[in-house]
Amino acid sequence: MSAPIQLRPDETFILNVGPQHPATHGVLRVKMQMDGEYIVKSETVLGYIHRMHEKMGENRTYAQYLPNLSRLDYLGALGYTHGHVLAIERAAGIEVPERAEYIRAITVELNRVASHLFWFGAFVMDLGGFSPLMYAIQDREHILDMLEAVTGARLTYCYYRFGGLYNDVDDDFTEAAKRFIPRMRKSLKKYDALVTGNIIFQKRLEGIAPVSAEMCRKYGATGPVARGSGINFDVRKNEPYSVYPEFDFDIPVYHECDSMARYKVRMDEMEQSLRIIEQGLEKLPGGPIMAEKKPKNIKLPVGDFYQAVETARGSFGIRIVSDGDKNAYRLKLRSPTYSNMHLFDEACEGMLIMDALAFMGTLDLVIPEMDR
Amino acid sequence: MGGYFSEIFNGSKSLLIGMGITFREFFKPTVTVQYPYQTIKMSARFRGHIELIADEEGKPKCVVCGMCERACPSGCITLGSTSIEIEVDGKIKKKKVLSKYDLDFTKCSLCGQCVENCSFGAIEFSKEYNLASTRKEDYHFNLLERLKRLEERNA
Ligand code: SF4
Ligand code: SF4
Repeated sequence: MSAPIQLRPDETFILNVGPQHPATHGVLRVKMQMDGEYIVKSETVLGYIHRMHEKMGENRTYAQYLPNLSRLDYLGALGYTHGHVLAIERAAGIEVPERAEYIRAITVELNRVASHLFWFGAFVMDLGGFSPLMYAIQDREHILDMLEAVTGARLTYCYYRFGGLYNDVDDDFTEAAKRFIPRMRKSLKKYDALVTGNIIFQKRLEGIAPVSAEMCRKYGATGPVARGSGINFDVRKNEPYSVYPEFDFDIPVYHECDSMARYKVRMDEMEQSLRIIEQGLEKLPGGPIMAEKKPKNIKLPVGDFYQAVETARGSFGIRIVSDGDKNAYRLKLRSPTYSNMHLFDEACEGMLIMDALAFMGTLDLVIPEMDR
Repeated sequence: MGGYFSEIFNGSKSLLIGMGITFREFFKPTVTVQYPYQTIKMSARFRGHIELIADEEGKPKCVVCGMCERACPSGCITLGSTSIEIEVDGKIKKKKVLSKYDLDFTKCSLCGQCVENCSFGAIEFSKEYNLASTRKEDYHFNLLERLKRLEERNA
C-alpha cells in the first residue's frame, strides 16, 4: 500500500463562489484562495451581466434613456430614476411642481423600505433562517401593490418624467400608505424580537467583519455600509435635494463597524423612511404634477452636470457631459454597490468563509447595479 | 461563570420568543393566491404590452404618424401603411391607413414612451400578463390582427 499524499502545510486551493451561487444573489463571481476554511485572498470578478448602460445613455435621447435607470437596481429602482430626472431638470432648468417632488420623495422612501425588507429577508436566509424572508416579502408585497396601482409596474417603474410624473396619485394610494405605516411599525417590532434578539443571529454578526471608517474612505463606500462604520454621511442631509430639507428625520449611525452595525443601520433606516412618508402624506400639496414650461425634445446646454442621490444602497451619482445635442456625449453612472463591493476583498482576508458570506450579505449587493 | 449561565439563559429565552412569533404566525389567515387557479384583478394602470384602440367603426384609430415608432427606445414597433382614396365633400382625397403594426415584445421595456407620444390616443396598455412560451416568435405580435380578433369577439 502506498502512503497517503502529504499536503504541504502552506497548501491552498481556489474556491469559486459564483457566478451562479445563491449567496451572491446574482451573477457575481468571487475567486477565493482558501487555506482550509480560512480565506487567504479573494478576488472579485465582475462582468457577467454587463449591459453597457452608460453607452446606451450616449446613444439614446434623454427621454429614451428613462427606462434604463430602473434596470440598474431592480429592488430600489425609483431612487435611481430620481437621480436621473433631477440631473436633467437641473441642467435644462426645468421647474418641478411641488406636488410632484413630494410624491417622488414618498415613493422613493416606500421603495427604500421595500428594498430593505427584501434585503433583510434574503440576508437572514443566507444565515439559515427561512421564515423572516416570508414575513418580509409579505410586507413588501403591500408596498409593491401600492406602487403598482400608481406606476403600473412592480419593479421596473419608469414613473418619473423630466418636469414631473407620469401620472398623479389618487386617494386610494394615500389611504393605503397611511394604513401601511402602522402595520410596518408593528412588523419592525416583530423582526426585532424574531431576528435581532436571536442569540444565533447575534453570535454570527457581532464583532465579525470589521470595516473601518478608513477602509470605507479608501474604497468610496457609502450608504449603510459607511454609516455602520461611524461615518455620518447621507446625501439627503449632506447635499440636500428634492424636498428632503422639509422633512424631519434622523440618519442612523453605528460605530461598532461590524456586520451587526450594518444590519442595524438598515433596520433603523426603515423607521426613518416611514417617518418621511408620514410627513410627506401629511404635507402633500395639491396642484399640477407636471411642469408647465417644458421643451418637448430635451436638449441640454453644453456642460458637465452631476447629481448625487441617496438610494437604498448608498450614494448614486449620475454625470452627464453634454455637447448640446439631444443625447449625452458621455454618461457616467456611479453606483454605490460597486464601491461597497470592493472593500470585500481586503476586509475578508483571514476570515472564515461562513463569516465572509454573512459579511457579503451585509453589503446588500445587487449585481446588475454593480455590473451595469 | 455567571456570565456563561446567563448567556445560556438569555439565549434560550430569545429562541423561545422567536418560536412564539412563528407559532402565532401559523394561525394567521393565509394570504397566498393559488395562481393559476385563483387570480387577482390587475390594477387599472397595469402596463402589459401595448395594443391598438378601435374607433366607433371598429377601425384602428391610428393615423400612422410614426411618433410611437420614433419614440420607442428599443425599436420594437414597425409600422406599415397603404394609401386609399376616399371621398370627402365630393372630392377624391388620398388617405394613409394602417396596414401593419408589429410589436416585437422581446425587446419592449414597457416604458410607455409610445403611449405617451401618441397624440391620437390610438394605443394603450393591455392587461395581458399570461405570457409564456419557449419560442421567440410567439412574442412578435401583429397588433392589427389582434385588434380584429378582439373586435370580432366583442361583436
Ligand atoms: S412600451 Fe416602450 S419599449 Fe415598449 S413598445 Fe412602447 S416605447 Fe417601445
Ligand atoms: S403615435 Fe399613435 S397615431 Fe401615430 S403611428 Fe403611433 S399609434 Fe398611430
